[in-house]
Amino acid sequence: MSLFPGFMHWLVLSTILFSIGIYGVLCRKSALGVLIAIELMLNSAAINFIVFNRFISPATLDGALMVIFIIAVAAAEAVVAMAIFVAIFRSRKTVDVNKFNTMRG
Amino acid sequence: MGFVFEHSWLIPALPFFSFLIVGLIVSPLSRRAAGVVATLSIFASAVLACWLCWEYFHLYPPGSHQPTFVAWNFEWLRYYQFLSVNAGVLVDPPAILLMVIVTVVSAFIHLYSIGYMADDDGSGRYFTYLNLFTFSMLGLVVAPNILQMYIFWELVGISSFLLIGFYYKKRSAVAASKKAFIVTRFADVFFLIGILLLGYHGFQILSESGAGQTGVQAFDFLFLNHPATLSALADRGILTAACILIFIGAAGKSAMFPLHIWLPDAMEGPTPVSALIHAATMVVAGIYLVARLFAAFAASGTALLVAAYVGAFTCLFAAVIACTQNDIKRVLAFSTLSQLGYMMFALGVSTMDNPLGYTASLFHLFTHAFFKALLFLGAGAVIHAVHTNEIWSMGGLAKRMPITHITFLIATLAIVGVPPLSGFFSKDLILAAALGNNHPTIFAVGLLVAGITAFYMFRIYFVTFWGKARSEASKSAHEAPLVMLVPLIVLAVFAAVSGFVPMGDFVRAGEEVGEHGGSILIPILAAAFGLIGITVAWLFYSGESPLSQLVVNRLGKAYTIISSKFYIDEIYLFVTQRIIFPYIGAPIAWFDRHVVDGAVNLTANLTRLGGVVLSLLQTGQAQTYGVWLVNGAIVLALCIWLFTK
Repeated sequence: MSLFPGFMHWLVLSTILFSIGIYGVLCRKSALGVLIAIELMLNSAAINFIVFNRFISPATLDGALMVIFIIAVAAAEAVVAMAIFVAIFRSRKTVDVNKFNTMRG
Repeated sequence: MGFVFEHSWLIPALPFFSFLIVGLIVSPLSRRAAGVVATLSIFASAVLACWLCWEYFHLYPPGSHQPTFVAWNFEWLRYYQFLSVNAGVLVDPPAILLMVIVTVVSAFIHLYSIGYMADDDGSGRYFTYLNLFTFSMLGLVVAPNILQMYIFWELVGISSFLLIGFYYKKRSAVAASKKAFIVTRFADVFFLIGILLLGYHGFQILSESGAGQTGVQAFDFLFLNHPATLSALADRGILTAACILIFIGAAGKSAMFPLHIWLPDAMEGPTPVSALIHAATMVVAGIYLVARLFAAFAASGTALLVAAYVGAFTCLFAAVIACTQNDIKRVLAFSTLSQLGYMMFALGVSTMDNPLGYTASLFHLFTHAFFKALLFLGAGAVIHAVHTNEIWSMGGLAKRMPITHITFLIATLAIVGVPPLSGFFSKDLILAAALGNNHPTIFAVGLLVAGITAFYMFRIYFVTFWGKARSEASKSAHEAPLVMLVPLIVLAVFAAVSGFVPMGDFVRAGEEVGEHGGSILIPILAAAFGLIGITVAWLFYSGESPLSQLVVNRLGKAYTIISSKFYIDEIYLFVTQRIIFPYIGAPIAWFDRHVVDGAVNLTANLTRLGGVVLSLLQTGQAQTYGVWLVNGAIVLALCIWLFTK
């Protein structure tokens, strides 16, 4: 058995990261926690891209390209989300997502 | 084929367009202009109708075969091959006769109304309704199939309703309009059932064999009156039932006993309306319907006999009541009932072999339209001058309203049947038809009613125009304006001379007119009965004779019963309010309110409850939705995994 992690190990890592992310999105009370959880999910997706690129077609850079995109999108998204949190905090004095129920019919 | 054949649809269309123009554009602008526009359009229509009449009888002179055309036809709704609803214009002698009567009488009544309604704020509305009525009546008259007739039948009903209730601030007028509408609608339900019965079986007959006919639809009169159709319908055993159902509809519109109760109350409308709708045209729609389906009624036999006896009874019944009424318009209304009875039994006594009564009935319809319209218009002129309907508040009007007096007298003589005025000829023909087809009882009733008619007509004539003025208003009464006098004079001319039209040459069922059943004795007898009636009325009412009071006292209870119209209205009220409302209406209303509405409310409440429960899922928190989303995705993934393995 090789000391280096294989294809399956990377995928399990990515799944664990993704699950933690989902758990965070669904259960964190703080909006900041939710944002961090979303970052986790994005990074698990990025790992998937890299893993498939590395193990299936190492000659091309398609997966790496997508990861660059994901990192860029994640940065942009973090900026927008933080701005929204600031705006919400100004009007509501809280960023507890349980208090946000204006979608209720 | 000339212009007017091609464009015969214009005859009903002109009043229709005028109805729209007057109602939507003209009458809000000017009441006077509304009357003028409405009248002109009807006169144009009358000219076209007379032209059509001239052209038709020019092409097919008396004595030759007179065909039935469908001059204009379009398919409105098609269900199956032989079952469609068409609209069109039928041209044959009875239709032409009615078109001429309706347009001419309507035109002069429009003209008269300009004067009569001059002071009324609602006259724009009035002329709109009157145009609507004329359009509907013409549509009914030219109907080539029974469904079109039914549609226009309802339209004349609604225009009659609107015009009876014209003075909508008057409670009695509103009640009368509702009564007229409900009673005729009640009868129309039977009519509709009859139509559906005929249509259903007619359609089956057509699809089975075609009955040897092409290009016809199940509802066409041409098909329904065809001998092959009639024998097929008789084989199915529904001919008599359908005819009697249709006759009930006709009896409702033509106010035959016991559905006559709406007509006397309909006099609440303006007097020209009574003249046009409730004397000259709409009420004869029932007669016209039976005449249109005459072959079917004749083939049934029983249905025709029912028509004969109902007609004869109404004829006598209404004449007796007319003798005791004191409202001039009500007397005329009962007289209309009685004359409609004449027309109905004239149709009823005729057969396919000897259809003299058919001609006689339409002849009487023709003459009656003129003299009865004239009587009502004369009564309207009197009411306009005296401001009351009560004959005992009138009196001595002969000197103050000479032209109205003369024209009213001509109409009275015409309805009584004094030779050589029009009523004499048509009544003679009816009596001859009754005797010629072996109906001596009906003949005797007709003869007796001729005498009673003379009595009650001269009763109102003497009381209104002779003697001393009995009220201030009748002392200061003055002649009507010229615009009202012209129609009176023109209609008086028609009432005097229309009897000389050789109707048998123009309108007949089949190729032969039928035999004149009696001798010269019949007109002499009828005239003699008329003279007796006039003499009795003269003795009773020409001066201040106490005779009439004596007779009333002697009759005692019987007089009260007659003057209360045999309590028919009270019987209706009893049946509806004491029996139908509490024992049928109330339980149905309860059922409707609690069971039907309850079921509806239950459904609504259950739905709302479901909504409330489901809305609990809507927490408004994105995380809850996210949980559902993820769980759903997991379940979906499991499903795909399980089922595609």
